[in-house]
Amino acid sequence: MRDVILPGSLNELWRCFEDKPQAAVYAGGTDLLVGVRHGLLNPEALICLDRIEELKGVGERGGSIRIGSCATHVQLLDDPLITSHLPVLWQAIRGIGSPLVRNMGTIGGNICTASPAGDTLPPLYALRAEVELGSKEGSRRMPIAEFIMRPGATRLQRAEILAGVWVKKPGEYNLHHFEKVGLRNALACSVVSMAALLRLAPDGAVEKASLAWGSAGPTIVTCPEAEEALIGKPLSTEPLQEAAALVRKAVSPISDVRADADYRRIVAGNLLLRLANVLK
Amino acid sequence: MRISFYLNGEETHVEVPSERRFVDVLREDLGLTGTKESCGAGECGACTILVDGQARLSCLMAAAQLQGRRVTTIEGLAADGSLHPVQEAFIEYGAVQCGFCTPGVVLAAVHLLDRNPDPTREQIREGLSGNLCRCSGYVKIVDAVEAAARKMRGGTPQ
Repeated sequence: MRDVILPGSLNELWRCFEDKPQAAVYAGGTDLLVGVRHGLLNPEALICLDRIEELKGVGERGGSIRIGSCATHVQLLDDPLITSHLPVLWQAIRGIGSPLVRNMGTIGGNICTASPAGDTLPPLYALRAEVELGSKEGSRRMPIAEFIMRPGATRLQRAEILAGVWVKKPGEYNLHHFEKVGLRNALACSVVSMAALLRLAPDGAVEKASLAWGSAGPTIVTCPEAEEALIGKPLSTEPLQEAAALVRKAVSPISDVRADADYRRIVAGNLLLRLANVLK
Repeated sequence: MRISFYLNGEETHVEVPSERRFVDVLREDLGLTGTKESCGAGECGACTILVDGQARLSCLMAAAQLQGRRVTTIEGLAADGSLHPVQEAFIEYGAVQCGFCTPGVVLAAVHLLDRNPDPTREQIREGLSGNLCRCSGYVKIVDAVEAAARKMRGGTPQ
């Protein structure tokens, strides 16, 4: 059996990487330990970030919110900065796995697993979040869409970790919406999901839109054409149908055990149509 | 690796490989077979335990992660010989069929009631949604947790 190491600080973590440069890193273990057990990966050691206080918690700096990578889903559901400023993220986290998985799993793990079905990802793309990567050499930041390369692959270098996520407070949006279609309510990997941030004028016309879809392509899908198509129009059937047609062109879903590609393509558009019901 | 933690209130030391799954430490090394294993992947809740009061999956924890933690298993819930109100309610309402999921469901319910002493039926269903019962006895489980919540609220002087 391999060693499981629990560094108590970032400085200890960098030393662990010197001893075990090929170690795999985890926090909650809800993805990685399942993969190790099933033989999908065989790292020389495991480093658990659970005891590093610097990686936990949610804070505010200027107009931005920083979420520590090792904040668990349940901590984020209880956090006033998330509930008051990031309801779209809150709604997505609420449907992750089960209460037990949310007690253990972290936002950093959900991002680094880099699954197109990762439920925090559509909101983070729609929010134009940036990831903060840390290593012995220092830290660097990049947009989340650049960080995630393809299913399971990120731009993390060896001996580098995801330290946090930065989101500008999205004060310009007055409607936050996330919906996931799964085969059941709990413990369900998403079949298709959508995060929507909208600013509606007093007369109901869309002034600004940011949209992102999960499980609809190899990484999260955005569709600027659909966003543009909605500008100046109300969330009624006709403009939503027009935008949904653009979405169905933009997605590139696969067929798997949960659904086939055609179904996903239709549902990706339908999730947008359902915005008409959100205001009712 | 030598790991020291509190198990059901007692200081406990084990000498096990750091990667050993905690469910195996409990069942095989310490003989506490009340904690069950079913899926081994976090999707069934049979292996639920409380770590520092919070419901977690013991099949997805390496032994090393337990260092210094306070762990409660189903055996520790009635350690003084008297059943926890959730356990009493499960008996009273017949919320047990084959019993395999029961230890996990009971501990998840204890954590749920700790966070929310007065849950609605919907909140109970949501709170236990990580614990699968394949006898399909959820109605009685929800009845029992509702009753336990009532009893626990009544038993606590305001």
